[in-house]
Amino acid sequence: MNAMVPGRRQFLLATLSAAGGLAVGVGFAPDAAALPTNTEIWDTPPPAGAHEVTAWVVIEPDESVLIRVAKQEMGQGILTALPMLVAEELGCDWTKVRAEYASAHRNLVEKNVYGRMGTGGSRSVRENYRLLQQAGASARERLVAAAAARWGVAPAACSVRDGRITHPPSGRTLGFGAVAADAARITLTAEPAIRPPEQFRLAGTPQPRLDTPVKVNGSARFGIDTRLPGMLYAAVAACPVFGGTLVSADDKAIAGRRGIKAVVRLKDAVVVVADNFWRAKQALADLPVTWDEGAAADTDSAQFRAAYRAALDGPAANALTRGNAAAALAGAPKTVEALYEVPYLAHATMEPLNCTAHVQPGRVDVWLGTQFPEKALEAAAEVAGVAPGNVYVHNCYLGGGFGRRAVNDELRQAVAVSKAVGAPVKLIWTREEDIRHDRYRPQAAIRFRAGLGADGMPVAWQARTAVGSIRRSLGWDPVTNGVESSAVEGLANTPYAFPNATVDCILKNTHVPVMFWRSVGSSQNAFAVESFIDELAAAAGVDPLTMRRRLLAGKSDFLHVLDVLEENSGWGRPLPAGWGRGIAIHQSFDTIVGEVVEASVSSRGEVRVHRVVAAVDCGHVVNPATVERQIESAVIYGLTAALSGEITIAKGRVEQGNFDTYEMVRMADAPRIETHLALSGGGKWGGIGEPGTPPIAPALANAIFDATGTRVRSLPLKHARLVGRA
Amino acid sequence: MLRAATQTEARMITLTVNGREHRLDVEPEMPLLWVLRDEIGLTGTKFGCGIAQCGACAVHVNGAATRACSVPVGSIDGAAVLTIEGLSAESNHPVQVAWIAEDVPQCGYCQSGQIMAAVAFLKATPNPSDADIDAGLSNICRCGTYPRLRAAVHRAAALMRT
Repeated sequence: MNAMVPGRRQFLLATLSAAGGLAVGVGFAPDAAALPTNTEIWDTPPPAGAHEVTAWVVIEPDESVLIRVAKQEMGQGILTALPMLVAEELGCDWTKVRAEYASAHRNLVEKNVYGRMGTGGSRSVRENYRLLQQAGASARERLVAAAAARWGVAPAACSVRDGRITHPPSGRTLGFGAVAADAARITLTAEPAIRPPEQFRLAGTPQPRLDTPVKVNGSARFGIDTRLPGMLYAAVAACPVFGGTLVSADDKAIAGRRGIKAVVRLKDAVVVVADNFWRAKQALADLPVTWDEGAAADTDSAQFRAAYRAALDGPAANALTRGNAAAALAGAPKTVEALYEVPYLAHATMEPLNCTAHVQPGRVDVWLGTQFPEKALEAAAEVAGVAPGNVYVHNCYLGGGFGRRAVNDELRQAVAVSKAVGAPVKLIWTREEDIRHDRYRPQAAIRFRAGLGADGMPVAWQARTAVGSIRRSLGWDPVTNGVESSAVEGLANTPYAFPNATVDCILKNTHVPVMFWRSVGSSQNAFAVESFIDELAAAAGVDPLTMRRRLLAGKSDFLHVLDVLEENSGWGRPLPAGWGRGIAIHQSFDTIVGEVVEASVSSRGEVRVHRVVAAVDCGHVVNPATVERQIESAVIYGLTAALSGEITIAKGRVEQGNFDTYEMVRMADAPRIETHLALSGGGKWGGIGEPGTPPIAPALANAIFDATGTRVRSLPLKHARLVGRA
Repeated sequence: MLRAATQTEARMITLTVNGREHRLDVEPEMPLLWVLRDEIGLTGTKFGCGIAQCGACAVHVNGAATRACSVPVGSIDGAAVLTIEGLSAESNHPVQVAWIAEDVPQCGYCQSGQIMAAVAFLKATPNPSDADIDAGLSNICRCGTYPRLRAAVHRAAALMRT
């Protein structure tokens, strides 16, 4: 990989020796000036002498190329991958590329010049590659046309390479910078064609992230790092029971304390404003507050669990009908039934939610990390009572997203508080506030009934899920037909060739708000489906990989993933005593990921995950380095949830509050992860941020079954009573 | 006035941060983290949990890795503090060089703390095994960069031996 690292990072050149040892050569000291990444990633005025060729591409006086990115960087690497797609066509020198966010304000004023800026659903590459390639090609053609006009030659006679336009017959050449101003005034009669992936030169090669340099020296600006002249700090406490409201707060108890500026009362929260965050937080803790907790104050997780189970026997909406599953089940020589359950989960981004707002007459500025800057803009306008065109969103690097930063709860609070106190305010949620006022991955109960034929293969498949509706919880949609696509993703679109199948959906919400959590419905449905397939394989006495291969007969992309997985995992080979191996395969966000887990269970029941082998078909790859890291990231995110993740409710409120009670996978728990590409290419473009998460929980549960004979049907695993055979 | 000034003087806390002396008029109970971020303006050190669980706020106090969210500043009056901003002028500390070479960060929020923890760890354990790394580095990364962190620690150790 290092051979492909551009010159800017030559000082890093290092290789793994054939023996596996490190051979490192540090030839040059890093030149900070040669690391052009912005510490502040929101849109800034281009430097003097820079020329904007299009809304996407700016050529700067030193021939650096600024590429605007209309998606938001939360760790998934789009700040590098998306500029690669523009640069692929632009023909610039990749080592001179700088990236920054496109402006949500400009997108509003210039009527959607950047398209949809909201970032989620593993969509950034697969839904934008054409647009971004076109942006690069269009800018290139304008630059060429400008040079050709200056030379009085035909544009078709010119070529482009590394940021220079050449007219080979005469040998004349010009840098992009020399013609950028002219290029900006050129209108193309037709947009140029873009390259098919087979002709990619830059895309498809592993490239280091553009934002790494600012993320190793503390200079990358996250929302929480915002500092403004005269800025105050705010600590917030929302009603501990969701849906409750503030009755009163007795500010006299904290009057006269050092640095305290104000107590602001919101409908469902109270805020202390001070000249330092710690002072605000301490005063808030000592502030007597009375809440109206509302009707949900008597609820708890045991009630919810019983209610979701009971709902499975009630009315349901049908999401899939194939053949006659009831009849096939009745006639099957063998039937298998199982109930799977998953809890609420918090996102727990490393950077707790925060927002800095500055509300002035006729203008609102906000600084935060948001996945949806256009929604942040609308929300700020609504709360401040100004026209959307008067709002400026300065989006920062996101300290994790995973879906949590898709809505802007913290922004609404910050804008209201800044408006109330008449000063810029940085409002920060403590970790406890962040865990207790998330919008969670829904709790669910999922039941299967299957019939096996004489050959051991399923002849009937009935799946039924009872789960919270995200769209109802967000107030987006009443989902009148009773089927929410995210609730049944991975169920209703099953790739398995069941001759007779039904999938039913029961949408049932509690007072606990639910939302998108990395891989959404697939996070629970893959666990249930892939565990139950393993149960069927065990009941039929068929190898779990073979069972899947038979059920996926004719689906060459799935089969290729299984082949790559089998080959690289050493499937079927002996393991040490007490170890087990499990497999799962799942398609989400148009990408198929298969994973094989090797895990051990000790005689005291301790689970240890040793190795994860993943095979991935995301169609095409822009940055292979990103794909590898996103699979690792998604595996570990899912592993945390599988091993220990649960949000439980008592007296209507969340019981967990911090990393001592909402535990995380750490270095010592992290397995070796090997990622293999199994690309099908063609017209397929899949996402990569989320699809690695769904298979890990079932692959682990299946490995535990292999190791112990115990089937885990409820997450997290920490509650399972396991006894290893070692 | 003289009397008031003397009282203020008496409660001043002195810290040397990244080689620069700061005289701070703050409550002694205020955690070092918020002194660094809100009073001194060094925001590279991050707030993650406030209870010394996650390590996003790791800095060095008199050379020892310390979770700044849980250290009252009054308890370290006179101390020398090193933060990520002071680790090197040009991101060329061997640990930073290794982090860049392995392209470790994803969202990046925990990485200041990861780097400061690794620098202290490698001082005490210059030639670490995987088991040493498991035992010695416990900072949380929600992006799951652990495989890259592990590789970068090994690479940094190799760089520091040469």
